[in-house]
Amino acid sequence: MSLSLDITKSFPGFTLEAALQAGAGVTALFGPSGSGKTSVVNAVAGLLRPDAGRIALGDRVLFDGAAGRMVPPHRRRVGYVFQDSRLFPHMSVAGNLRYGARFAPEPPDPAQEARIVDLLGLGGLLDRRPRALSGGETQRVALGRAILSQPEMLLLDEPLAALDDRRKADILPYLEELRDGLGLSMLYVSHSLGEVARLADRIVVMAGGRVVLSGPVQEVLSDPAALPFVGVREAGAVLSARVLGHEADGLTRLGLDAGELLLPGVTAAPGSGLRIRVLASDVLISRGRPEGLSSRNILPAVVSGLYRGEGPGVAVQLALGRDRILARITARAAAELELAPGAEVFAILKATAVPRQSIGQGVGQGEPLSD
Amino acid sequence: MSFTPEELAALGLSLKVSLWATLLSLPLAVAMAWLLARREFAGKAVLSALVHLPLVLPPVVTGYLLLLGFGRQGWLGGALDSVGIVLAFRWTGAALAAAIMGFPLMVRAIRLGFEAVDPRLEEAAATLGAPRAQVFVTVTLPLIAPALLAGAVLGFAKAMGEFGATITFVANIPGETRTLPSAIYTYLQVPGGEAAALRLLSLSLVVAVGAVLASELLARRMAKRIGR
Repeated sequence: MSLSLDITKSFPGFTLEAALQAGAGVTALFGPSGSGKTSVVNAVAGLLRPDAGRIALGDRVLFDGAAGRMVPPHRRRVGYVFQDSRLFPHMSVAGNLRYGARFAPEPPDPAQEARIVDLLGLGGLLDRRPRALSGGETQRVALGRAILSQPEMLLLDEPLAALDDRRKADILPYLEELRDGLGLSMLYVSHSLGEVARLADRIVVMAGGRVVLSGPVQEVLSDPAALPFVGVREAGAVLSARVLGHEADGLTRLGLDAGELLLPGVTAAPGSGLRIRVLASDVLISRGRPEGLSSRNILPAVVSGLYRGEGPGVAVQLALGRDRILARITARAAAELELAPGAEVFAILKATAVPRQSIGQGVGQGEPLSD
Repeated sequence: MSFTPEELAALGLSLKVSLWATLLSLPLAVAMAWLLARREFAGKAVLSALVHLPLVLPPVVTGYLLLLGFGRQGWLGGALDSVGIVLAFRWTGAALAAAIMGFPLMVRAIRLGFEAVDPRLEEAAATLGAPRAQVFVTVTLPLIAPALLAGAVLGFAKAMGEFGATITFVANIPGETRTLPSAIYTYLQVPGGEAAALRLLSLSLVVAVGAVLASELLARRMAKRIGR
Protein backbone atom coordinates (compact mmCIF):
# COMPACT_ATOMS: atom_id res chain seq x y z
CA MET A 1 0.00 0.00 0.00
CA SER A 2 1.53 3.29 -1.00
CA LEU A 3 1.12 6.58 0.75
CA SER A 4 1.27 9.89 -0.99
CA LEU A 5 1.19 13.05 1.01
CA ASP A 6 1.47 16.73 0.18
CA ILE A 7 0.32 18.99 2.99
CA THR A 8 0.83 22.34 4.67
CA LYS A 9 0.09 23.23 8.23
CA SER A 10 0.92 26.39 10.14
CA PHE A 11 1.84 26.32 13.78
CA PRO A 12 2.85 29.35 15.83
CA GLY A 13 6.43 29.99 14.72
CA PHE A 14 6.65 26.93 12.50
CA THR A 15 5.28 25.93 9.13
CA LEU A 16 5.06 22.38 7.89
CA GLU A 17 5.25 22.03 4.11
CA ALA A 18 5.84 18.40 3.39
CA ALA A 19 5.46 16.24 0.32
CA LEU A 20 6.48 12.61 0.30
CA GLN A 21 5.75 9.16 -1.03
CA ALA A 22 6.08 5.95 0.90
CA GLY A 23 5.69 2.65 -0.86
CA ALA A 24 6.21 -0.96 0.08
CA GLY A 25 8.75 -1.75 2.77
CA VAL A 26 10.06 0.64 5.38
CA THR A 27 10.28 4.36 4.70
CA ALA A 28 12.26 6.21 7.33
CA LEU A 29 11.25 9.75 8.22
CA PHE A 30 14.48 11.19 9.47
CA GLY A 31 15.34 14.58 10.91
CA PRO A 32 16.19 16.47 14.05
CA SER A 33 13.64 17.15 16.80
CA GLY A 34 11.18 19.80 15.73
CA SER A 35 11.60 19.14 12.02
CA GLY A 36 7.97 18.11 11.66
CA LYS A 37 8.26 14.32 11.52
CA THR A 38 5.64 13.59 14.14
CA SER A 39 3.28 16.16 12.61
CA VAL A 40 3.49 14.33 9.29
CA VAL A 41 2.71 11.02 10.96
CA ASN A 42 -0.14 12.53 12.96
CA ALA A 43 -1.58 13.97 9.76
CA VAL A 44 -1.50 10.51 8.18
CA ALA A 45 -3.23 9.02 11.24
CA GLY A 46 -5.87 11.76 11.26
CA LEU A 47 -4.83 13.15 14.62
CA LEU A 48 -3.73 16.41 13.00
CA ARG A 49 -5.76 18.28 10.43
CA PRO A 50 -3.57 19.97 7.79
CA ASP A 51 -4.48 23.45 6.59
CA ALA A 52 -4.35 22.33 2.99
CA GLY A 53 -3.13 19.56 0.75
CA ARG A 54 -3.89 15.93 0.13
CA ILE A 55 -3.15 12.57 1.71
CA ALA A 56 -3.94 9.31 -0.03
CA LEU A 57 -3.32 5.73 0.99
CA GLY A 58 -3.51 3.50 -2.08
CA ASP A 59 -6.63 4.75 -3.86
CA ARG A 60 -8.30 5.99 -0.68
CA VAL A 61 -8.18 9.75 -0.14
CA LEU A 62 -7.72 10.32 3.59
CA PHE A 63 -7.52 14.09 3.43
CA ASP A 64 -8.30 16.58 0.72
CA GLY A 65 -8.19 20.20 1.79
CA ALA A 66 -9.73 21.53 -1.42
CA ALA A 67 -12.66 19.13 -1.23
CA GLY A 68 -13.00 19.53 2.54
CA ARG A 69 -12.54 15.79 3.01
CA MET A 70 -11.14 14.53 6.30
CA VAL A 71 -11.50 10.84 7.08
CA PRO A 72 -11.66 10.41 10.88
CA PRO A 73 -8.82 8.43 12.51
CA HIS A 74 -10.89 5.33 13.20
CA ARG A 75 -11.69 4.85 9.50
CA ARG A 76 -8.17 5.37 8.17
CA ARG A 77 -6.87 1.87 8.85
CA VAL A 78 -3.37 2.94 9.73
CA GLY A 79 -1.72 1.33 12.73
CA TYR A 80 0.13 3.75 14.96
CA VAL A 81 2.91 2.75 17.33
CA PHE A 82 3.48 5.73 19.59
CA GLN A 83 6.73 6.69 21.20
CA ASP A 84 5.02 6.41 24.60
CA SER A 85 3.24 3.16 23.63
CA ARG A 86 -0.15 4.26 25.08
CA LEU A 87 -1.28 0.81 26.16
CA PHE A 88 -4.68 0.73 27.85
CA PRO A 89 -3.93 0.41 31.57
CA HIS A 90 -7.29 -1.19 32.39
CA MET A 91 -6.81 -4.09 30.00
CA SER A 92 -4.47 -7.07 30.04
CA VAL A 93 -1.86 -7.51 27.33
CA ALA A 94 -4.28 -9.86 25.55
CA GLY A 95 -7.05 -7.25 25.84
CA ASN A 96 -4.77 -4.62 24.36
CA LEU A 97 -3.73 -6.91 21.51
CA ARG A 98 -7.31 -7.77 20.62
CA TYR A 99 -8.67 -4.26 20.98
CA GLY A 100 -8.43 -3.28 17.32
CA ALA A 101 -9.71 -6.60 15.99
CA ARG A 102 -13.33 -5.91 16.91
CA PHE A 103 -13.38 -2.82 14.72
CA ALA A 104 -11.48 -4.34 11.81
CA PRO A 105 -13.40 -5.13 8.62
CA GLU A 106 -12.18 -8.73 8.55
CA PRO A 107 -13.01 -11.07 11.43
CA PRO A 108 -10.00 -11.70 13.66
CA ASP A 109 -7.76 -14.48 12.42
CA PRO A 110 -6.53 -16.62 15.35
CA ALA A 111 -3.64 -17.92 13.25
CA GLN A 112 -2.44 -14.41 12.53
CA GLU A 113 -2.82 -13.48 16.19
CA ALA A 114 -0.80 -16.52 17.24
CA ARG A 115 1.82 -15.65 14.65
CA ILE A 116 2.21 -12.05 15.84
CA VAL A 117 2.27 -13.12 19.49
CA ASP A 118 4.97 -15.61 18.60
CA LEU A 119 6.91 -13.21 16.39
CA LEU A 120 6.99 -10.56 19.10
CA GLY A 121 7.63 -13.01 21.91
CA LEU A 122 4.49 -12.05 23.82
CA GLY A 123 3.31 -15.54 24.72
CA GLY A 124 4.26 -15.30 28.38
CA LEU A 125 2.85 -11.82 28.86
CA LEU A 126 -0.77 -12.18 27.75
CA ASP A 127 -2.32 -12.10 31.23
CA ARG A 128 -0.19 -9.24 32.51
CA ARG A 129 -1.26 -5.67 33.00
CA PRO A 130 0.69 -3.00 31.10
CA ARG A 131 2.16 -1.53 34.28
CA ALA A 132 3.82 -4.90 35.00
CA LEU A 133 5.76 -4.79 31.72
CA SER A 134 9.26 -3.53 31.06
CA GLY A 135 9.82 -0.73 28.54
CA GLY A 136 10.84 -3.12 25.79
CA GLU A 137 7.89 -5.45 26.43
CA THR A 138 5.54 -2.47 26.43
CA GLN A 139 6.68 -1.42 22.97
CA ARG A 140 6.41 -4.96 21.65
CA VAL A 141 2.81 -5.14 22.87
CA ALA A 142 2.12 -1.75 21.27
CA LEU A 143 3.56 -3.08 18.01
CA GLY A 144 1.42 -6.20 18.18
CA ARG A 145 -1.68 -4.20 19.03
CA ALA A 146 -1.21 -1.94 16.01
CA ILE A 147 -0.53 -4.83 13.64
CA LEU A 148 -3.53 -6.88 14.83
CA SER A 149 -5.89 -4.00 14.04
CA GLN A 150 -5.31 -5.05 10.40
CA PRO A 151 -3.90 -1.74 9.19
CA GLU A 152 -2.99 -1.01 5.60
CA MET A 153 0.06 0.86 6.77
CA LEU A 154 2.00 1.00 10.00
CA LEU A 155 3.19 4.30 11.45
CA LEU A 156 5.99 4.11 13.98
CA ASP A 157 6.89 7.31 15.80
CA GLU A 158 10.31 6.73 17.31
CA PRO A 159 9.17 3.49 18.89
CA LEU A 160 12.60 2.91 20.41
CA ALA A 161 13.33 6.43 21.64
CA ALA A 162 12.22 5.76 25.20
CA LEU A 163 14.38 2.65 25.54
CA ASP A 164 17.99 2.29 26.57
CA ASP A 165 20.53 0.90 24.11
CA ARG A 166 20.22 -2.67 25.30
CA ARG A 167 16.45 -2.70 24.99
CA LYS A 168 16.78 -1.09 21.57
CA ALA A 169 19.10 -3.88 20.51
CA ASP A 170 16.50 -6.36 21.83
CA ILE A 171 13.67 -4.91 19.77
CA LEU A 172 15.43 -4.19 16.48
CA PRO A 173 15.42 -7.85 15.43
CA TYR A 174 11.66 -7.98 16.00
CA LEU A 175 11.22 -4.97 13.74
CA GLU A 176 13.37 -6.64 11.10
CA GLU A 177 11.22 -9.78 11.37
CA LEU A 178 8.07 -7.72 10.93
CA ARG A 179 9.54 -5.91 7.95
CA ASP A 180 10.53 -9.13 6.23
CA GLY A 181 7.63 -11.29 7.35
CA LEU A 182 4.52 -9.17 6.99
CA GLY A 183 4.95 -7.20 3.81
CA LEU A 184 3.32 -4.26 5.56
CA SER A 185 4.28 -0.74 4.49
CA MET A 186 5.82 1.15 7.36
CA LEU A 187 6.54 4.80 7.92
CA TYR A 188 9.23 4.85 10.56
CA VAL A 189 10.08 8.10 12.33
CA SER A 190 13.54 8.20 13.76
CA HIS A 191 16.40 10.49 14.51
CA SER A 192 18.81 7.59 14.86
CA LEU A 193 20.75 6.85 11.69
CA GLY A 194 21.69 3.48 13.12
CA GLU A 195 18.04 2.43 13.17
CA VAL A 196 17.37 3.93 9.76
CA ALA A 197 20.37 2.19 8.24
CA ARG A 198 19.29 -1.10 9.68
CA LEU A 199 15.59 -1.03 8.94
CA ALA A 200 14.67 1.31 6.14
CA ASP A 201 14.49 0.81 2.40
CA ARG A 202 13.86 4.45 1.66
CA ILE A 203 14.59 7.56 3.64
CA VAL A 204 12.88 10.93 3.70
CA VAL A 205 15.01 13.58 5.37
CA MET A 206 13.17 16.49 6.97
CA ALA A 207 14.50 19.78 8.26
CA GLY A 208 12.58 22.85 9.38
CA GLY A 209 9.22 21.46 8.35
CA ARG A 210 10.28 20.55 4.82
CA VAL A 211 11.46 17.44 3.04
CA VAL A 212 15.04 18.16 2.01
CA LEU A 213 16.12 14.78 0.60
CA SER A 214 14.51 11.48 -0.19
CA GLY A 215 15.39 8.27 -1.94
CA PRO A 216 16.73 4.77 -1.35
CA VAL A 217 18.66 4.60 1.92
CA GLN A 218 21.91 3.53 0.28
CA GLU A 219 21.81 6.40 -2.18
CA VAL A 220 20.86 9.12 0.28
CA LEU A 221 23.24 8.07 3.03
CA SER A 222 26.18 7.89 0.65
CA ASP A 223 25.36 11.28 -0.84
CA PRO A 224 27.80 13.91 0.48
CA ALA A 225 25.06 16.52 0.08
CA ALA A 226 23.14 14.76 2.85
CA LEU A 227 25.90 15.43 5.33
CA PRO A 228 24.61 18.73 6.71
CA PHE A 229 21.26 17.09 7.45
CA VAL A 230 22.40 13.82 8.96
CA GLY A 231 25.24 15.32 10.97
CA VAL A 232 28.94 14.89 10.43
CA ARG A 233 29.48 12.46 13.26
CA GLU A 234 26.58 10.23 12.34
CA ALA A 235 27.17 10.27 8.60
CA GLY A 236 27.93 6.94 7.05
CA ALA A 237 26.98 4.83 4.09
CA VAL A 238 24.93 1.66 4.18
CA LEU A 239 26.18 -1.32 2.20
CA SER A 240 24.61 -4.65 1.55
CA ALA A 241 27.03 -7.46 1.96
CA ARG A 242 26.95 -11.23 1.72
CA VAL A 243 28.46 -13.49 4.36
CA LEU A 244 31.18 -15.51 2.65
CA GLY A 245 32.45 -17.45 5.61
CA HIS A 246 33.59 -17.37 9.22
CA GLU A 247 37.32 -17.54 9.92
CA ALA A 248 38.89 -19.50 12.75
CA ASP A 249 39.99 -16.32 14.55
CA GLY A 250 36.43 -15.02 14.92
CA LEU A 251 36.44 -12.71 11.93
CA THR A 252 33.89 -13.02 9.17
CA ARG A 253 34.55 -12.51 5.48
CA LEU A 254 31.91 -10.34 3.84
CA GLY A 255 31.57 -9.93 0.12
CA LEU A 256 30.88 -6.51 -1.34
CA ASP A 257 30.43 -5.59 -4.96
CA ALA A 258 34.12 -4.82 -5.33
CA GLY A 259 36.04 -6.72 -2.71
CA GLU A 260 35.88 -8.30 0.69
CA LEU A 261 35.78 -7.06 4.27
CA LEU A 262 36.88 -8.83 7.44
CA LEU A 263 34.66 -7.98 10.38
CA PRO A 264 34.30 -9.33 13.89
CA GLY A 265 31.04 -10.11 15.65
CA VAL A 266 28.96 -11.33 12.69
CA THR A 267 26.80 -14.33 13.50
CA ALA A 268 24.73 -14.59 10.32
CA ALA A 269 25.06 -17.84 8.38
CA PRO A 270 27.33 -17.99 5.32
CA GLY A 271 25.35 -17.12 2.21
CA SER A 272 22.97 -14.77 4.00
CA GLY A 273 22.79 -11.09 3.21
CA LEU A 274 23.23 -8.32 5.69
CA ARG A 275 23.55 -4.60 5.92
CA ILE A 276 26.55 -2.85 7.28
CA ARG A 277 26.96 0.78 8.06
CA VAL A 278 30.34 2.38 7.51
CA LEU A 279 30.77 5.67 9.36
CA ALA A 280 32.38 8.41 7.28
CA SER A 281 34.68 9.35 10.13
CA ASP A 282 36.11 5.82 10.20
CA VAL A 283 37.23 5.67 6.58
CA LEU A 284 40.75 6.70 5.59
CA ILE A 285 41.91 7.46 2.07
CA SER A 286 45.32 6.59 0.64
CA ARG A 287 46.66 7.47 -2.79
CA GLY A 288 48.81 4.33 -3.01
CA ARG A 289 48.17 0.87 -1.63
CA PRO A 290 49.26 1.18 1.99
CA GLU A 291 51.95 -1.18 3.27
CA GLY A 292 52.40 -2.44 6.80
CA LEU A 293 49.06 -1.15 8.03
CA SER A 294 47.13 -2.94 10.74
CA SER A 295 43.79 -2.70 8.93
CA ARG A 296 42.79 -5.74 6.90
CA ASN A 297 40.09 -3.85 5.07
CA ILE A 298 41.74 -2.00 2.22
CA LEU A 299 39.70 -1.66 -0.94
CA PRO A 300 40.49 0.04 -4.24
CA ALA A 301 38.08 2.90 -4.87
CA VAL A 302 37.40 5.79 -7.20
CA VAL A 303 36.52 9.27 -5.93
CA SER A 304 33.01 9.94 -7.18
CA GLY A 305 32.21 13.19 -5.40
CA LEU A 306 33.42 15.80 -2.96
CA TYR A 307 31.40 17.97 -0.66
CA ARG A 308 32.89 20.93 1.08
CA GLY A 309 30.79 22.26 3.95
CA GLU A 310 31.55 24.90 6.52
CA GLY A 311 34.63 24.24 8.61
CA PRO A 312 37.82 22.41 7.73
CA GLY A 313 36.24 19.11 6.72
CA VAL A 314 35.47 17.59 3.35
CA ALA A 315 33.18 14.66 2.66
CA VAL A 316 34.46 12.40 -0.08
CA GLN A 317 32.24 9.91 -1.82
CA LEU A 318 34.07 6.80 -2.94
CA ALA A 319 32.84 4.27 -5.46
CA LEU A 320 33.64 0.66 -4.59
CA GLY A 321 32.24 -0.95 -7.70
CA ARG A 322 28.54 -0.24 -7.46
CA ASP A 323 28.73 0.53 -3.73
CA ARG A 324 29.24 4.05 -2.48
CA ILE A 325 30.78 5.00 0.84
CA LEU A 326 31.64 8.30 2.45
CA ALA A 327 34.93 9.35 3.97
CA ARG A 328 35.33 12.41 6.08
CA ILE A 329 38.77 13.99 5.85
CA THR A 330 40.22 17.46 6.21
CA ALA A 331 40.21 19.91 3.34
CA ARG A 332 43.99 20.13 3.67
CA ALA A 333 44.34 16.36 3.15
CA ALA A 334 42.00 16.50 0.18
CA ALA A 335 44.14 19.22 -1.40
CA GLU A 336 47.47 17.47 -0.74
CA LEU A 337 46.19 14.16 -2.12
CA GLU A 338 44.78 16.06 -5.10
CA LEU A 339 41.45 14.33 -4.67
CA ALA A 340 38.99 15.04 -7.46
CA PRO A 341 36.24 13.02 -9.07
CA GLY A 342 37.82 10.18 -11.00
CA ALA A 343 40.94 9.93 -8.81
CA GLU A 344 41.95 6.35 -8.04
CA VAL A 345 42.57 5.74 -4.33
CA PHE A 346 42.41 3.08 -1.62
CA ALA A 347 39.75 3.16 1.07
CA ILE A 348 40.87 1.89 4.47
CA LEU A 349 38.22 0.73 6.91
CA LYS A 350 39.05 -0.25 10.43
CA ALA A 351 37.34 -3.50 11.37
CA THR A 352 35.84 -1.72 14.35
CA ALA A 353 34.55 1.02 12.07
CA VAL A 354 31.38 -0.97 11.73
CA PRO A 355 29.48 -0.70 14.98
CA ARG A 356 27.75 -3.89 16.04
CA GLN A 357 24.31 -2.40 16.25
CA SER A 358 24.59 -1.22 12.67
CA ILE A 359 24.91 -4.75 11.40
CA GLY A 360 21.42 -5.73 10.43
CA GLN A 361 19.75 -8.43 8.44
CA GLY A 362 19.42 -7.72 4.76
CA VAL A 363 16.08 -7.10 3.14
CA GLY A 364 14.58 -10.23 1.64
CA GLN A 365 17.67 -12.38 2.18
CA GLY A 366 20.16 -10.09 0.63
CA GLU A 367 18.39 -8.63 -2.33
CA PRO A 368 19.64 -5.23 -3.41
CA LEU A 369 18.25 -2.47 -1.25
CA SER A 370 17.55 0.06 -3.95
CA ASP A 371 14.30 -0.20 -5.79
CA MET B 1 -32.13 -0.80 70.05
CA SER B 2 -35.53 -1.10 68.41
CA PHE B 3 -37.13 1.30 66.01
CA THR B 4 -40.72 2.33 65.64
CA PRO B 5 -42.42 1.78 62.26
CA GLU B 6 -42.43 5.54 61.83
CA GLU B 7 -38.68 5.74 62.26
CA LEU B 8 -38.10 2.85 59.86
CA ALA B 9 -40.40 4.53 57.36
CA ALA B 10 -38.21 7.65 57.52
CA LEU B 11 -35.10 5.55 56.91
CA GLY B 12 -36.72 3.63 54.04
CA LEU B 13 -37.95 6.85 52.47
CA SER B 14 -34.52 8.46 52.76
CA LEU B 15 -32.86 5.48 51.08
CA LYS B 16 -35.45 5.41 48.31
CA VAL B 17 -35.22 9.17 47.69
CA SER B 18 -31.42 9.14 47.73
CA LEU B 19 -31.05 6.11 45.47
CA TRP B 20 -33.40 7.51 42.86
CA ALA B 21 -31.82 10.94 43.10
CA THR B 22 -28.36 9.43 42.58
CA LEU B 23 -29.28 7.01 39.80
CA LEU B 24 -31.25 9.54 37.78
CA SER B 25 -28.78 12.38 38.08
CA LEU B 26 -25.66 10.28 37.44
CA PRO B 27 -25.97 10.12 33.63
CA LEU B 28 -26.73 13.84 33.53
CA ALA B 29 -23.78 14.55 35.79
CA VAL B 30 -21.50 12.49 33.49
CA ALA B 31 -22.72 14.43 30.46
CA MET B 32 -22.30 17.77 32.24
CA ALA B 33 -18.86 16.84 33.58
CA TRP B 34 -17.76 15.76 30.08
CA LEU B 35 -19.05 19.02 28.62
CA LEU B 36 -17.22 21.10 31.19
CA ALA B 37 -13.99 19.05 31.09
CA ARG B 38 -13.64 18.42 27.37
CA ARG B 39 -15.47 21.08 25.39
CA GLU B 40 -14.95 24.77 24.82
CA PHE B 41 -18.08 26.74 24.02
CA ALA B 42 -19.62 30.16 24.54
CA GLY B 43 -21.34 30.41 27.91
CA LYS B 44 -19.30 27.63 29.51
CA ALA B 45 -18.56 29.80 32.55
CA VAL B 46 -22.24 30.65 32.94
CA LEU B 47 -23.24 26.99 32.69
CA SER B 48 -20.61 26.02 35.23
CA ALA B 49 -21.85 28.72 37.62
CA LEU B 50 -25.43 27.55 37.18
CA VAL B 51 -24.47 23.95 37.97
CA HIS B 52 -22.69 25.07 41.10
CA LEU B 53 -25.45 27.41 42.25
CA PRO B 54 -27.12 24.96 44.65
CA LEU B 55 -23.79 24.66 46.44
CA VAL B 56 -23.72 28.34 47.37
CA LEU B 57 -27.40 29.29 47.53
CA PRO B 58 -29.13 28.87 50.89
CA PRO B 59 -30.96 25.53 50.62
CA VAL B 60 -34.19 27.25 51.56
CA VAL B 61 -33.83 29.49 48.50
CA THR B 62 -33.22 26.46 46.26
CA GLY B 63 -36.29 24.78 47.78
CA TYR B 64 -38.39 27.88 47.25
CA LEU B 65 -37.20 28.19 43.63
CA LEU B 66 -38.16 24.54 43.13
CA LEU B 67 -41.57 25.26 44.57
CA LEU B 68 -41.98 28.23 42.22
CA GLY B 69 -40.91 26.12 39.25
CA PHE B 70 -42.31 22.70 40.01
CA GLY B 71 -45.27 23.49 42.26
CA ARG B 72 -48.67 22.66 40.81
CA GLN B 73 -49.06 26.29 39.73
CA GLY B 74 -45.38 26.57 38.78
CA TRP B 75 -44.37 27.19 35.18
CA LEU B 76 -42.95 23.66 34.81
CA GLY B 77 -45.07 21.95 37.46
CA GLY B 78 -48.28 22.82 35.58
CA ALA B 79 -47.04 21.17 32.42
CA LEU B 80 -45.83 18.07 34.30
CA ASP B 81 -49.14 17.92 36.17
CA SER B 82 -51.04 17.68 32.88
CA VAL B 83 -49.04 14.53 31.95
CA GLY B 84 -49.62 13.02 35.38
CA ILE B 85 -46.30 13.81 37.08
CA VAL B 86 -46.68 15.55 40.40
CA LEU B 87 -43.62 16.60 42.33
CA ALA B 88 -44.79 19.06 44.96
CA PHE B 89 -45.35 17.48 48.36
CA ARG B 90 -44.48 14.02 47.03
CA TRP B 91 -41.44 11.82 47.60
CA THR B 92 -40.59 12.31 43.92
CA GLY B 93 -40.17 16.00 44.69
CA ALA B 94 -37.86 15.11 47.56
CA ALA B 95 -35.81 13.07 45.11
CA LEU B 96 -35.66 16.04 42.71
CA ALA B 97 -34.55 18.38 45.50
CA ALA B 98 -31.90 15.87 46.64
CA ALA B 99 -30.70 15.37 43.08
CA ILE B 100 -30.32 19.09 42.47
CA MET B 101 -28.49 19.66 45.74
CA GLY B 102 -26.11 16.75 45.06
CA PHE B 103 -25.61 17.53 41.37
CA PRO B 104 -22.72 20.02 41.71
CA LEU B 105 -20.80 17.61 43.96
CA MET B 106 -21.23 14.79 41.47
CA VAL B 107 -20.22 16.95 38.51
CA ARG B 108 -17.11 18.17 40.32
CA ALA B 109 -15.91 14.67 41.17
CA ILE B 110 -16.60 13.23 37.72
CA ARG B 111 -15.12 16.24 35.96
CA LEU B 112 -11.86 15.67 37.82
CA GLY B 113 -12.00 12.09 36.58
CA PHE B 114 -12.36 13.21 32.96
CA GLU B 115 -9.50 15.64 33.36
CA ALA B 116 -7.27 12.86 34.68
CA VAL B 117 -7.86 10.62 31.64
CA ASP B 118 -4.99 10.92 29.19
CA PRO B 119 -6.58 11.98 25.89
CA ARG B 120 -3.67 10.30 24.13
CA LEU B 121 -5.14 6.94 25.14
CA GLU B 122 -8.37 7.94 23.43
CA GLU B 123 -6.39 8.92 20.33
CA ALA B 124 -4.69 5.54 20.39
CA ALA B 125 -8.09 3.82 20.55
CA ALA B 126 -9.24 5.86 17.55
CA THR B 127 -6.20 4.84 15.49
CA LEU B 128 -7.08 1.21 16.33
CA GLY B 129 -10.41 1.72 14.61
CA ALA B 130 -12.71 2.56 17.50
CA PRO B 131 -15.49 5.06 16.68
CA ARG B 132 -16.00 7.86 19.19
CA ALA B 133 -18.82 6.24 21.13
CA GLN B 134 -16.79 3.03 21.43
CA VAL B 135 -13.76 4.96 22.63
CA PHE B 136 -15.93 6.46 25.35
CA VAL B 137 -17.40 3.13 26.43
CA THR B 138 -14.24 1.02 26.23
CA VAL B 139 -11.56 3.48 27.31
CA THR B 140 -12.89 6.67 28.89
CA LEU B 141 -15.62 5.21 31.10
CA PRO B 142 -13.51 2.42 32.61
CA LEU B 143 -10.78 4.91 33.36
CA ILE B 144 -13.12 7.35 35.12
CA ALA B 145 -14.90 4.57 37.05
CA PRO B 146 -13.33 5.59 40.38
CA ALA B 147 -14.39 9.19 39.86
CA LEU B 148 -17.85 8.00 38.89
CA LEU B 149 -18.06 6.05 42.12
CA ALA B 150 -16.79 8.97 44.16
CA GLY B 151 -19.35 11.26 42.53
CA ALA B 152 -22.17 8.80 43.15
CA VAL B 153 -21.24 8.36 46.80
CA LEU B 154 -20.99 12.09 47.33
CA GLY B 155 -24.34 12.61 45.64
CA PHE B 156 -25.93 9.84 47.67
CA ALA B 157 -24.54 11.17 50.93
CA LYS B 158 -25.69 14.66 50.09
CA ALA B 159 -29.15 13.31 49.27
CA MET B 160 -29.33 11.40 52.55
CA GLY B 161 -28.52 14.56 54.44
CA GLU B 162 -30.59 17.02 52.39
CA PHE B 163 -32.95 18.98 54.57
CA GLY B 164 -33.48 22.67 53.76
CA ALA B 165 -34.49 22.49 50.13
CA THR B 166 -36.51 19.33 50.72
CA ILE B 167 -38.60 20.65 53.58
CA THR B 168 -39.21 23.91 51.72
CA PHE B 169 -40.25 22.21 48.50
CA VAL B 170 -42.14 19.10 49.65
CA ALA B 171 -42.76 19.88 53.35
CA ASN B 172 -42.59 17.20 56.03
CA ILE B 173 -45.37 14.66 55.45
CA PRO B 174 -44.98 11.40 57.37
CA GLY B 175 -44.56 8.44 55.03
CA GLU B 176 -44.36 10.68 51.95
CA THR B 177 -41.69 13.32 52.39
CA ARG B 178 -40.48 12.89 55.96
CA THR B 179 -36.90 11.77 55.34
CA LEU B 180 -34.37 11.03 58.10
CA PRO B 181 -33.24 14.64 58.58
CA SER B 182 -36.85 15.86 58.57
CA ALA B 183 -37.79 13.19 61.11
CA ILE B 184 -34.88 14.11 63.38
CA TYR B 185 -35.89 17.74 63.13
CA THR B 186 -39.50 16.83 63.94
CA TYR B 187 -38.62 14.75 66.99
CA LEU B 188 -36.47 17.57 68.30
CA GLN B 189 -39.51 19.87 68.12
CA VAL B 190 -41.71 17.67 70.35
CA PRO B 191 -41.16 17.28 74.09
CA GLY B 192 -39.64 13.87 74.93
CA GLY B 193 -38.57 13.25 71.35
CA GLU B 194 -34.82 13.29 72.10
CA ALA B 195 -34.57 9.50 72.43
CA ALA B 196 -36.16 8.95 69.02
CA ALA B 197 -33.97 11.68 67.52
CA LEU B 198 -30.88 9.96 68.91
CA ARG B 199 -31.93 6.61 67.48
CA LEU B 200 -32.38 8.18 64.05
CA LEU B 201 -29.06 9.96 64.41
CA SER B 202 -27.35 6.61 65.00
CA LEU B 203 -29.10 5.22 61.92
CA SER B 204 -27.83 8.13 59.84
CA LEU B 205 -24.35 7.55 61.13
CA VAL B 206 -24.42 3.85 60.26
CA VAL B 207 -25.68 4.50 56.74
CA ALA B 208 -23.17 7.29 56.12
CA VAL B 209 -20.16 5.41 57.47
CA GLY B 210 -21.26 2.23 55.67
CA ALA B 211 -21.57 4.06 52.35
CA VAL B 212 -18.16 5.69 52.68
CA LEU B 213 -16.48 2.42 53.66
CA ALA B 214 -18.10 0.48 50.84
CA SER B 215 -17.06 3.10 48.31
CA GLU B 216 -13.52 3.12 49.65
CA LEU B 217 -13.27 -0.65 49.19
CA LEU B 218 -14.77 -0.49 45.72
CA ALA B 219 -12.47 2.35 44.74
CA ARG B 220 -9.45 0.30 45.73
CA ARG B 221 -10.55 -2.64 43.64
CA MET B 222 -11.22 -0.37 40.68
CA ALA B 223 -7.86 1.33 41.00
CA LYS B 224 -6.26 -2.08 40.86
CA ARG B 225 -8.25 -2.98 37.78
CA ILE B 226 -7.27 0.09 35.84
CA GLY B 227 -3.67 -0.26 36.84
CA ARG B 228 -3.11 2.89 38.86
